[in-house]
Amino acid sequence: MINIDAHNHVKGKSIYLDDIQELNGTLYALPFDATVAHAKIKSIDFDAALNSHGIVRILTYKDIPGLNQIGGIIPDEPLFAEDEVHFRGQVIALIIGTSEHHCRQASKLVKVEFEELPVIVDPREAQAKGKLIMPPRQFKLGDTESAWAKCTHIFEGRSDVNGQEHLYIETQGAYARPKEDGSIIISSSTQGPTAVQRMVAQVLAIPMHKVEIDTVRLGGGFGGKEDQATPWAVMVALASQILHKPVKMSMHRMDDMRMTGKRHPYSADFKIGLDIDLKIIAYEVTHYQNAGAAADLSPAVMERTLFHSTNAYFIPNVIAKAFSCKTNLPPNTAFRGFGGPQGKFVIEAAIVKAAESLGVSPALIQRKNLVVDGSELSYGQILQQVEATNTWETCMKSYDYDAQKTRVEEFNKNNKRFKKGLAIQPICFGISFTNTMMNHARALVHIYHDGSVVVSTGGVEMGQGLNTKMLQIVTETFGIRANRVRIESTNTLRVANTSPTAASAGADLNGKALQMACNALLSRLLKVAETELNTDKLQINDEFLFANDKATEISWKDLVMKAHVMRVALSENAHYATPTIHYDKTKEKGHPFAYHVYGTSIHEVTVDCLKGTYEFDSINIVHDFGKSMNPTIDNGQIEGGLVQGIGWMTLEEIVYNDQGRLLSNALSTYKVPDIYSVPKQINIQHLETEGHELAIKKSKAVGEPPLMYGIGAYFAIRNAVKAFNPNADLAVNAPYTPEKVLMDLYKKA
Amino acid sequence: MIQFILNNQLIKTDKPASTTLLDFVRYDENLRGTKIGCREGDCGACTVLIGSMKNGKLEYISATSCLTPLPNVHGKHVVTVEGLNLPDKLNQAQQAMVDCSGTQCGFCTPGFVNSMCGFALTCSEPTLESAISAIDGNICRCTGYKTIERASAQLASKLVSKDQNNSMQWLVANEFVPNYFLDIEERVKALKTEEYNSNGQIPIGGGTDLYVQKHDDIHEYDLDYLFDKNVLNGITFEGNRCILKSSATVTDLMENERLLETIPNWYRHLKLLSSTPIRNIATIAGNIANGSPIGDFTIILLAMKAQLTLTNKVKENRKLMLKDFYTGYKTFDKKPDEYITEIAFELPVNGIQFNFEKVCKRQYLDIASVNSAISISVNGNLIAEAHASMGGVGPIPKYLAKTCEFLANKTISASVIKEAEQILQSELSPISDARGTEAYKRLLGRQLFFGHFIELFPETIKMEDLL
Repeated sequence: MINIDAHNHVKGKSIYLDDIQELNGTLYALPFDATVAHAKIKSIDFDAALNSHGIVRILTYKDIPGLNQIGGIIPDEPLFAEDEVHFRGQVIALIIGTSEHHCRQASKLVKVEFEELPVIVDPREAQAKGKLIMPPRQFKLGDTESAWAKCTHIFEGRSDVNGQEHLYIETQGAYARPKEDGSIIISSSTQGPTAVQRMVAQVLAIPMHKVEIDTVRLGGGFGGKEDQATPWAVMVALASQILHKPVKMSMHRMDDMRMTGKRHPYSADFKIGLDIDLKIIAYEVTHYQNAGAAADLSPAVMERTLFHSTNAYFIPNVIAKAFSCKTNLPPNTAFRGFGGPQGKFVIEAAIVKAAESLGVSPALIQRKNLVVDGSELSYGQILQQVEATNTWETCMKSYDYDAQKTRVEEFNKNNKRFKKGLAIQPICFGISFTNTMMNHARALVHIYHDGSVVVSTGGVEMGQGLNTKMLQIVTETFGIRANRVRIESTNTLRVANTSPTAASAGADLNGKALQMACNALLSRLLKVAETELNTDKLQINDEFLFANDKATEISWKDLVMKAHVMRVALSENAHYATPTIHYDKTKEKGHPFAYHVYGTSIHEVTVDCLKGTYEFDSINIVHDFGKSMNPTIDNGQIEGGLVQGIGWMTLEEIVYNDQGRLLSNALSTYKVPDIYSVPKQINIQHLETEGHELAIKKSKAVGEPPLMYGIGAYFAIRNAVKAFNPNADLAVNAPYTPEKVLMDLYKKA
Repeated sequence: MIQFILNNQLIKTDKPASTTLLDFVRYDENLRGTKIGCREGDCGACTVLIGSMKNGKLEYISATSCLTPLPNVHGKHVVTVEGLNLPDKLNQAQQAMVDCSGTQCGFCTPGFVNSMCGFALTCSEPTLESAISAIDGNICRCTGYKTIERASAQLASKLVSKDQNNSMQWLVANEFVPNYFLDIEERVKALKTEEYNSNGQIPIGGGTDLYVQKHDDIHEYDLDYLFDKNVLNGITFEGNRCILKSSATVTDLMENERLLETIPNWYRHLKLLSSTPIRNIATIAGNIANGSPIGDFTIILLAMKAQLTLTNKVKENRKLMLKDFYTGYKTFDKKPDEYITEIAFELPVNGIQFNFEKVCKRQYLDIASVNSAISISVNGNLIAEAHASMGGVGPIPKYLAKTCEFLANKTISASVIKEAEQILQSELSPISDARGTEAYKRLLGRQLFFGHFIELFPETIKMEDLL
């Protein structure tokens, strides 16, 4: 089934935040932000701005009736700065006027006097100075201390990986309208409607039942609208409540880029030990996460870094430690993979370091150490139904890796200017929110007595095809056609207390709840038929009731009407909570993931050694989808995730100067992949497996895992560079921009 | 009064002229299918089609509506995604995007659909390559583009049988565009609009720079809209001299048959400049007058010994060489009331060879870290004359005077080129910024300089001789 939104998308009829018809009298809000990264606010003068044409009001923390606090995990983030600012782009005030243009003109008239304080942008510096978001955490398996003695080879090193701008094409935004009795409705471009609702209630000092959040769809999220959609929604809600008017914000791209956090940059130190057979016996890693100026989701992101520190490899002795370092950058946040990619990057760097030092192929070490059934990971989860070796071997065979390797070696022998590089990237990614309490969802289904069906879940559609999968569940469970079913917006009045649509878990959690709701309704409907037809061998196929495998004359519509007449409830709300998962943070042990997703990719790149530019010839993937319930949508997730991962590893370079100023502050200076920079070929093969009971219809979660294939792009380029300049000592520092490639190509040994 | 046809509707508006087409269609006409992604022409979410009369025929271009002021569509046909919808079904571009799952979150999709329909309207040789070229200004963050590539392939294959002689009839009959396109040409002709009259202090061409740099303040400016002034449009030749009027666009040059015939790789070189919808509206004079030390076309023209004609308000002309135009970072030998009316350059003929090199983070639709051009006339292996330029390596687009002087009357050899590179380095003064460190720009400058000779004299010069 193709994406159910596709028709409206291509016609330009889909409605995003800024497409909602404005009510009469709608005002516009513009955040006014700090121009320095760390300072005391000595004085602010709003007079000229307030007198500027079209300006209605300027709000600061003093206008907040409730708490000036929007920190989700740790309450360390004010909505508006009070006496100090901690990053450039931190919001100090909200300018409200009759047009965005008027607000923008007025913002130039605000006079702020700062007393500047020292700025830290480097996580290692922050850690050294004791500036941490939270105490460090450590995962431990076996005993590395005694294991080192058994290692034939030990290597140490450092790796650095930069952040990534989400670059959802739809920027952040929200639109608040007052309702009666002090309640309020906010349309928000958010992945987490409940998070927005909670913070609006907290800041406005009203109960959550007075706050309705409605989200139709997002023009891209990628994690960037999980927590960071919240401040803008809270701001317009505050303005709306104070002014009793509709208030809207749809951010300018440069404001969005400057004010919002990104994927976390990490720096790491590693030590890896192998035995004579190249089995990895011990691994120690210390991650320095650049959290930015407030916690946001950093603790949870850091946790996932630790969970994925050994990627798809079984290592019996592990110490993985992480510091969440407080710097003067915008608070970094969720981004597809959620710390997992950064954890995996380091182990890959460590393996490459070992391989290069030993003069063997990294693939040899990777292959020898893949996880198998029964492998215990550093956090105590014992892996089952492992497909790591299966995806690896299938990938090698299906795409004839040996021939490819020979061809590449041959090419490199015969070419001076162009060099090719190959890399293999296996992945193993855990599915579930690592915070066990978040793994639950609800779905509300109404069947109207005309036979039409409307569905609400807690899941947010942002292009990943969630609504299409939800529709499939309804039509397949009920045996009816798609045009009978409408998937409604995500709304906190219809589905309450939701977890954000994140962690690749949206389809699993909401789908399972929806399946339960549909099954309950179906059994009630069939009970109605059972009374009439005197048989319990009943099912609905293509809109008609079948009794004892024979079609009856009773249509879906008839059956629904019968049930209605018999006063049977045609609405159902179901609740699903993932079973089997648990985690004990005091011991750092447990079984946090419902299941894992596996896959292997082969990357081939060609580097122009004159110019330092590169092109990806092919990426060949074998991916464990379980039993994909929608191969079209799932392949789209693989291609999109892969390219986003390659972007992170290659072109996408976030540049802050040492004063915390974002230099890559627009699309002209921050480059995401365009149609010419993607691999010439992307091949995806589905690994046919049983799937997993906890995956919706045994179709495994697919949102985040493919991003991590992108890591292979980095090491493929490195191998090409090494083919040209074999003796240079190269750092591991992603992204591998053409600049870094050229510098490495001509780095003196 | 600005008049144009928006989709199937005649528009007459008194909105301030500096209003962008994007804001006008979205907020005045409530056509919300055109999306706002960046407001600087870098994402393509706001792409629209603009049809105007050229040589008695209606011709369409794709353009970023975020950078297009209203006077630039005066007397034209503007098409948004709503104007491409057929009554009961999808058009062929839309169908291809649906069939191939080329849309995920959907936010960039209307922009893609516009570019693809623009391709259907304009293409003469529908190939996958040209179909993809038409969407080179559209960024998608969800799909990874492979599905969109497949959609482009489907579209191109359906266009193979396009009847070039009755193209609009064919496109309507085959459901590429709706019916009303059949009489649009007549309706545009019937508009009979006068040239938009403006006489402000600040000249503006396609808007691709001013709307990016002065997004907030531009509405307060007293602008002089030059883009559609007839006297400022056109490309002519006098012998081997090419004369551009200042409002000629990059696309005009890229599609000019004489230039395509004369200069090897001309299309390939110009393809490295921004994107299709930007090239369609970006003027050459704008590239020069913007003064960016990294302006691609400026770098090309410097190597081609371009000469500018500046004209003041009382129509007095003054000529000067482009290389003498820049006096410092974004400062010029130009009086406040002067503006560029003509740019003339020598075609590289009679043994003159030309090459352009550009490296940026992303090969296309990006600003260079360093760019460089050279035109070099040789007799056998003897260099008679060389003109080279380099951008991104100092406060101005640099004409490499000393390097060129050194190269004159030398025989091409690896040692000469290496020696020239030493002189080249003395002419560079790059700084570290978002486009690279100083060390990188120097190294890249060397590589691109060597690259010219490797490209132009492959028999004589090999990379391994130089490095």
